[in-house]
Amino acid sequence: MSVLIFIDQAEGHIKKSSLEALTYGAELAVQLGTNAEGIVLGEVKDDLTALGKQGVKKIQHVNNSALNHLDAQVYTKAIAEAVAATGAKVVVFSHNLSGKAIAPRLSAKLKAAMVAGAVGLPNTSGGFVVKKNVFSGKAFANISLNTDIKIISLNPNSFHITNGDGVAEVVSQNFATGVSPKIKVTAVNKVTGEVPLSEAELVVSAGRGLKGPENWGMIEEMAHLLHAATACSRAVADAGWRPHHEHVGQTGLAIAPNLYIAIGISGAIQHLAGVNRSKVIVVINKDPEAPFFKAADYGIVGDAFDVVPKMNAAIKKMKGL
Amino acid sequence: MKILVCISKTPDTTAKIAFTDNNTKFAQDGVQWIINPYDEWYALVRAIELKEKDAGTIIHLVTAGAADAEPIIRKALALGGDEAIRINTDSHDSYYIAAQIAEVAKQGGYDLVFTGKETIDYNGSSIGGMVAELLNLPYVSLATKFELNGTTATITREIEGGEEVCEVSLPVAVSCQKGMAEARIPNMRGIMAARTKPLKVVEPAAIDALTSIVSFELPPAKAGVKLVSPDTPEELVRLLHEEAKII
Repeated sequence: MSVLIFIDQAEGHIKKSSLEALTYGAELAVQLGTNAEGIVLGEVKDDLTALGKQGVKKIQHVNNSALNHLDAQVYTKAIAEAVAATGAKVVVFSHNLSGKAIAPRLSAKLKAAMVAGAVGLPNTSGGFVVKKNVFSGKAFANISLNTDIKIISLNPNSFHITNGDGVAEVVSQNFATGVSPKIKVTAVNKVTGEVPLSEAELVVSAGRGLKGPENWGMIEEMAHLLHAATACSRAVADAGWRPHHEHVGQTGLAIAPNLYIAIGISGAIQHLAGVNRSKVIVVINKDPEAPFFKAADYGIVGDAFDVVPKMNAAIKKMKGL
Repeated sequence: MKILVCISKTPDTTAKIAFTDNNTKFAQDGVQWIINPYDEWYALVRAIELKEKDAGTIIHLVTAGAADAEPIIRKALALGGDEAIRINTDSHDSYYIAAQIAEVAKQGGYDLVFTGKETIDYNGSSIGGMVAELLNLPYVSLATKFELNGTTATITREIEGGEEVCEVSLPVAVSCQKGMAEARIPNMRGIMAARTKPLKVVEPAAIDALTSIVSFELPPAKAGVKLVSPDTPEELVRLLHEEAKII
């Protein structure tokens, strides 16, 4: 009856989105009156016993270098073996890049009902119903999972991380041993020295209103002061002012940070589709008719070149810098 | 080389989102339907580019939908693709659709199965992975580049804070996102040719859905924007710190 949580690592380090999934799974286990266990695939550098802080008692670890890189087929096989070994009835993933690859495979393999992109714990009074985002953040759907084994992938940044003082027991396993991955990773190109946009809690984003790439200094300064990631609109990425991986919106990245500051972005519906799950939206635009103000929590109708440096000065003062 | 491209019909990005029947159904009145943008711009166009390089390539399109999905599939054929298969069924859930597509794919002997990274209505990002599992294929999700050398594919995929390059032998299933290709517009020749391209209708296999929709709901309306004077940007910083408690 237990809950099994897939814990995702990159280069041996546990991802933040997995700690959210871990906390979610542990709280779900309490709700269901059962235990939560985690599963980690591949070699890790972090201390796995520390995952007890998020409330799980046991971690199943397959310490096999063949599993260091994501091959969804092999990962699915390993997790399916873990489901059989632990008797898990609910499997929790983060709806992050790996979760999107693995969770649907596991659903098809086990014929287990899945909700992709859950935003909260299930309603288990008389069924098993999970709320998820639909229509690119414009609505929610309540989905009933109608099979014995259930799979939930949790939207990143939609659940808190607890930090208790538990210590997890780590059990070494050899799931999916002897299966060689068909996908061979030949190069990893990481953007270093920045907060990854998909995991950022605070995001400072700018658009065509900035007039040219040479004017991004004040945006980067604000991001630096707030420990935020930088993002941009499609027009800016297409013009080559900023790299494509910074583009948020329907065709770019969809993000859900705690704070999204949009500077000189009008807020076309395609852009909103990528950011409307942000908890607080701040819009700075000199056009009072910019549609973005309708989706904003705070705003300033004003010239970014005047407002942003003053905000940066105020942030410095606030932080005692 | 045979490529299967999965096509989904979605409401236009600008469609008004509302629900009927006690919030259990999407209100379709006045809604414009489009090819799911990720299926069209990235999956289909990349497949067409591969055919342009190697004329022996055959592209099949598959969609699961009722007769009202035909304008969408004809539009996809106008962009490119040799023939289309429509599985004559209403949408149930991701697993149901994926299992139907897998049934079609099993009969086609495809080297590549392309999907968009997700649909813009259900945002599940599920069909590609499910189809891959049902066909026992390796699956590269969220691909931003795809190159082919003989029977080896070199695929770039997104990772947190960057990209990684991987190699895999065909057959393989790939979910496609920005970077794979540039959006195209169908030309008149394509539109004329699409009218006579084969569009085969097949009946669905007996498959049970695993989930059901209990209800839809709209997010609570925003309280409205709190505007701060451009003369006092420090006041905005104070509000974010003290009121929103977010910085």
